[in-house]
Amino acid sequence: MKKNVFVLSLAMAAAVFWLSGCSGKADNPGNSTGSEANNAASENSAGSSNELYVYNWGEYIDEDVITQFEDETGIRVIYDPFETNEEMYPIIEAGAVTYDVVCPSDYMIQKMVENDLLAEVNFDNVPNIDQIDPAYMEMSKAFDPENKFSVPYCWGTVGILYNTKRLEELGVAPPTKWADLWDEKLSGEILMQDSVRDAFMVALKKDGFSMNSTDENELQQAKQDLIDQKPLVQAYVIDQVRDKMIGGEAAVGVIYSGEMLYIQEEVANLGLDYTLEYVLPEEGTNLWLDSWVIPKNAKNKENAEKWINFLCRPEIAKANFEYITYPTPNKGAFDLLDEDLQNNESVFPDTDSLVNCEVFRYLGDDVDGIYNDLWKEVKSN
Amino acid sequence: MSKKLLAAPYLVWIAGFIIIPLALIVYYGLTDRDGAFTLANVVSIGTPEHRKALWLSLWLSLLSTIVCLVLAYPLAMILRNRGVGRGSFIVFIFILPMWMNFLLRTMAWQTLLEKNGVINGILSLLHLPNQNLINTAGAIILGMVYNFLPFMVLPIYNVLCKIDDDTINAASDLGANSIQTLLRIWFPLSVPGVISGITMVFVPAFTTFVISNLLGGSKILLIGNVIEQEFTRGSNWHLGSGLSLVLMVFILLSMAVIAKYDKNGEGSAF
Repeated sequence: MKKNVFVLSLAMAAAVFWLSGCSGKADNPGNSTGSEANNAASENSAGSSNELYVYNWGEYIDEDVITQFEDETGIRVIYDPFETNEEMYPIIEAGAVTYDVVCPSDYMIQKMVENDLLAEVNFDNVPNIDQIDPAYMEMSKAFDPENKFSVPYCWGTVGILYNTKRLEELGVAPPTKWADLWDEKLSGEILMQDSVRDAFMVALKKDGFSMNSTDENELQQAKQDLIDQKPLVQAYVIDQVRDKMIGGEAAVGVIYSGEMLYIQEEVANLGLDYTLEYVLPEEGTNLWLDSWVIPKNAKNKENAEKWINFLCRPEIAKANFEYITYPTPNKGAFDLLDEDLQNNESVFPDTDSLVNCEVFRYLGDDVDGIYNDLWKEVKSN
Repeated sequence: MSKKLLAAPYLVWIAGFIIIPLALIVYYGLTDRDGAFTLANVVSIGTPEHRKALWLSLWLSLLSTIVCLVLAYPLAMILRNRGVGRGSFIVFIFILPMWMNFLLRTMAWQTLLEKNGVINGILSLLHLPNQNLINTAGAIILGMVYNFLPFMVLPIYNVLCKIDDDTINAASDLGANSIQTLLRIWFPLSVPGVISGITMVFVPAFTTFVISNLLGGSKILLIGNVIEQEFTRGSNWHLGSGLSLVLMVFILLSMAVIAKYDKNGEGSAF
């Protein structure tokens, strides 16, 4: 009897472990969902092409759009979300789960192309591609040189969000460039992005280097800058920048432009006595694209193309834009928007202000390793 | 034969969810990206960043274990002396929050500790200066103590409940004062519970990454954070697994301590 009790308590300890290990990604399906999907796939693999396995970022589609697609085409959509590109990659690479259509970011698409994981999109099946603004097809060439593998879905920039009232109290002028994030008056008032490339982008751009730098001296300098900045930083966060800034926790934060619409609405709804403004730093910033791609081992490639074509339809792209609020590269959808929105510089910046911007490129596993090690030095300092 | 059949589901469970994953971690931990054998992943615990994260984790989890013990022991004594009925009701109240998600409870602390949070709100109502509470090592220790305290209280309470009143009465009959009774009767008899409580607090606190992310603002890098980042951000499962193997050594050590002091499983939580 006592033995059993001991075993139980061990099980409980194990449960705690598991909790502390897993709860960080509570809304992430992880491998378990993946393998369920896979089981379902193998059960139905007997020639049925009535299915579509979609792998997309969390909260990155209007769910009604999925239903509408299913009603229209009779294709059953199995939809799994992921949280980071890095988490998605090994799952596609291992091929244990065969997703038909995936939505990674620029540099990750390049990595997938280089490692021969993607199939070319048959654009005969995607006539709506002409709705995508050619400027974004051009931008895509940074990671997909011949526009063969990817169809742009969302894009955006990274910039500085600031609290006008808080800055006034601190006696600091509104930021215009990354270097302003090293102002000692902002001690404890800065929210930085908690991801390697985004954090280094800020430091590299500040120093006038490329954010795709592989030069050891430049990276060392960026690392030293980040270490110098660390005492001023309140926290390294990702999604929480939004809520912390709305809550008035910090004066400035590095943020993705797609959050701006939500923030502006929320500030208006809450009737706050301060305003939050977004600025594109003059040194240039990260211009990013998330695009749909089809993995090489996709079982339902034609369905995937139907899906991509469907999402490129202006009304659908508009519905998705309204839900996720990240800028759409779909000019058909853009034309359908209210004029206010079209002129909202935070969401759709003037192309002139993007001159110094760059798109992230995949730098190879070795350079990624160097970035990671330098970032660890910053974090543990 | 039928007995073996009955055991089959458990065997599948153990193989599928314990043995195979462990073997995979060992495999990843001892190979590089090309699949060749290497000790580099395990040895990399010696790099300055990893070593610092490891010591910091050890230090913070040790501190929070001590705080838990200091808080839990008197509480367990009080509960035991309340008698079965009322004592177990309080224990029930104590476990009740554990039915809520661990992540949610930790996020609630964020709201309490933030600069414009509840605690600072109360302080400014009383015209006291605001405190910088969140994103500090102290906040992480607080989060650990809060989340893992029940795992210290329960085993100690259970062990204390099993100590017969007669033993205590005998001690006072023989002239022991209350401090002597505490040090020479209560405490030695409760060692199994204390040891099991220490392990159940220390191990999860040592490996956590959620608490340090949420309450430390990711400014404080613990060894759990290093491993998490290797898996989710760095795409280097080999290094992550290698470091996990190192942590496993610490955990096995604490298991060995349990086995030594708690031979009969007396200090269990239930």
